[in-house]
Amino acid sequence: MTIAEKQDEIIAEFEFLDDWLDKYQQIIDKGMSNPGVDEEYKIDKYLIEGCQSKVWVHAEFKDGLVFFQGESNTDISGGIVSMLVEVLSGHTPDEILETDLYFIDQIGLKEHLSPTRSNGMLAMVNQMKMYALAFKSQQA
Amino acid sequence: MSFDINKIREDFPILKKEIYGKPLVYLDNAATTQKPLCVVEKISENYLNNNANIHRGVHFLSQVATEAHEAARETVRKFINAKHSREIVFTRGTTEAINLVASSFGRSQCKAGDEIIVSHMEHHSNIVPWQLLQEEKGIVLKVIPFDENGVLQLDKLDELITEKTKLISIAHVSNTLGTVNPVAEIITKAHSHNIPVLVDGAQSVPHMPVDVQALDADFYVFSGHKIYGPTGIGVLYGKEEWLERIPPYQGGGEMIQKVTFEKTTFNELPFKFEAGTPDYIGSTALAEALNYVSAIGMEEIAAHEQELVRYTLERLGEVEDIRFIGNAPKRSGLVSFLVGNIHPYDLGSIIDKLGIAVRTGHHCAEPVMAAFGIEGTVRASFGIYNTKEEIDILVAGVQRAAKMFRRK
Repeated sequence: MTIAEKQDEIIAEFEFLDDWLDKYQQIIDKGMSNPGVDEEYKIDKYLIEGCQSKVWVHAEFKDGLVFFQGESNTDISGGIVSMLVEVLSGHTPDEILETDLYFIDQIGLKEHLSPTRSNGMLAMVNQMKMYALAFKSQQA
Repeated sequence: MSFDINKIREDFPILKKEIYGKPLVYLDNAATTQKPLCVVEKISENYLNNNANIHRGVHFLSQVATEAHEAARETVRKFINAKHSREIVFTRGTTEAINLVASSFGRSQCKAGDEIIVSHMEHHSNIVPWQLLQEEKGIVLKVIPFDENGVLQLDKLDELITEKTKLISIAHVSNTLGTVNPVAEIITKAHSHNIPVLVDGAQSVPHMPVDVQALDADFYVFSGHKIYGPTGIGVLYGKEEWLERIPPYQGGGEMIQKVTFEKTTFNELPFKFEAGTPDYIGSTALAEALNYVSAIGMEEIAAHEQELVRYTLERLGEVEDIRFIGNAPKRSGLVSFLVGNIHPYDLGSIIDKLGIAVRTGHHCAEPVMAAFGIEGTVRASFGIYNTKEEIDILVAGVQRAAKMFRRK
């Protein structure tokens, strides 16, 4: 699946959830079914520190593709990072760098998140793109 | 005035607000309180009618503003029963008041190796100013521990007090655990060793009658915005003998008597500690807030809030896997809790969407969190306008949120 197809799939999952509480539930459930980050990577080096939550993101580069792992100590941020992992994992650095993550706006995530969580999400996206950039320059 | 909750709620326009289409349930009063209309009106009335820089002004408006500011000082004096209004210093808040004492007392009374005692349940504002002094002067900071219920282990105080102890600085009420500390007992003990005591009253003054003379506190500090007054104004009470002994905190206008390049002499109390243009708008609005709560009665307010705390503990106790952080027998104003392994930030985010305002996190008391081995708590804190119906909404919200996070 392309990044766009994966985003469309998430949008479809959220489409029929009118109540923001149901949307939150969907996010939380996504986090709970996410395998998370291998214990060895749950260290400060891979930590994106938010105001009240911690998120670990780790990336590997295999056969020209970037594979992410993400996990949080809070369930809502955990759900958010797992969606980002789902969307961006298994793609080339160029695909990741060029992608527009439109699903965030379309599922109403931005308007329902507190500003601190919203900033946290931005930090996660930036970190993941930084990984892609680093792998790309490694390749060159 | 008697305690008429409906009338009180009418006085606070913001309580009619809806949040995400739900009525606001404001349970973050330990962070700041909402303001009654009379306080808001006092601020605008001052700016519209009585605004001029105070003291030393010969013109009419300056005199009106000066009188109002000094009348506000007298209102504060009466409210905490200080002996003289010159013992009341206006500051920006509790934090600035503690910093003032740490700086002025620290510079003049402490040398390397001297000791200051605080407790393990202090707000960062009663830890960091002493740590700054530690770095500057090499003083030693000692800490009174608390037990698993959040009660200070006072028997340890005897071991902590030495001949080098210069000051004990302690919260009257913990902002995280709600514990009411036995400050009178601590002061008596400290005074038997000739050690002065500073009491952080940020979480006590809004919730119970406080008499600084009865307590025999040497310094007592609190914030205006936590007692229905404006932000940016607070109070340092200091016994006259102490305020005379310690040097000015900041230099500038107002606090001087005579300035030459050879030598400057300082103004008398309390002006010696009020450098720059004082916040005369804030002071008079604070006085308005103090008059407002006085008319209701601090005893009545304390009884109302005690009942809210009791009811909250009872009702939240019904929630599966609830854990209260802080179980002191003497408590006030707030309830800190966790539900199962749900992160407080997650729980707070969900109930926010139900219109409920609580605080989550470490509440500027990280050492308390470390003692319990937790990252933070959810804290519901009360004010005069809160009702049992609001606590029912909180409990229903917590139940609903908890269901969302339970592992399937």
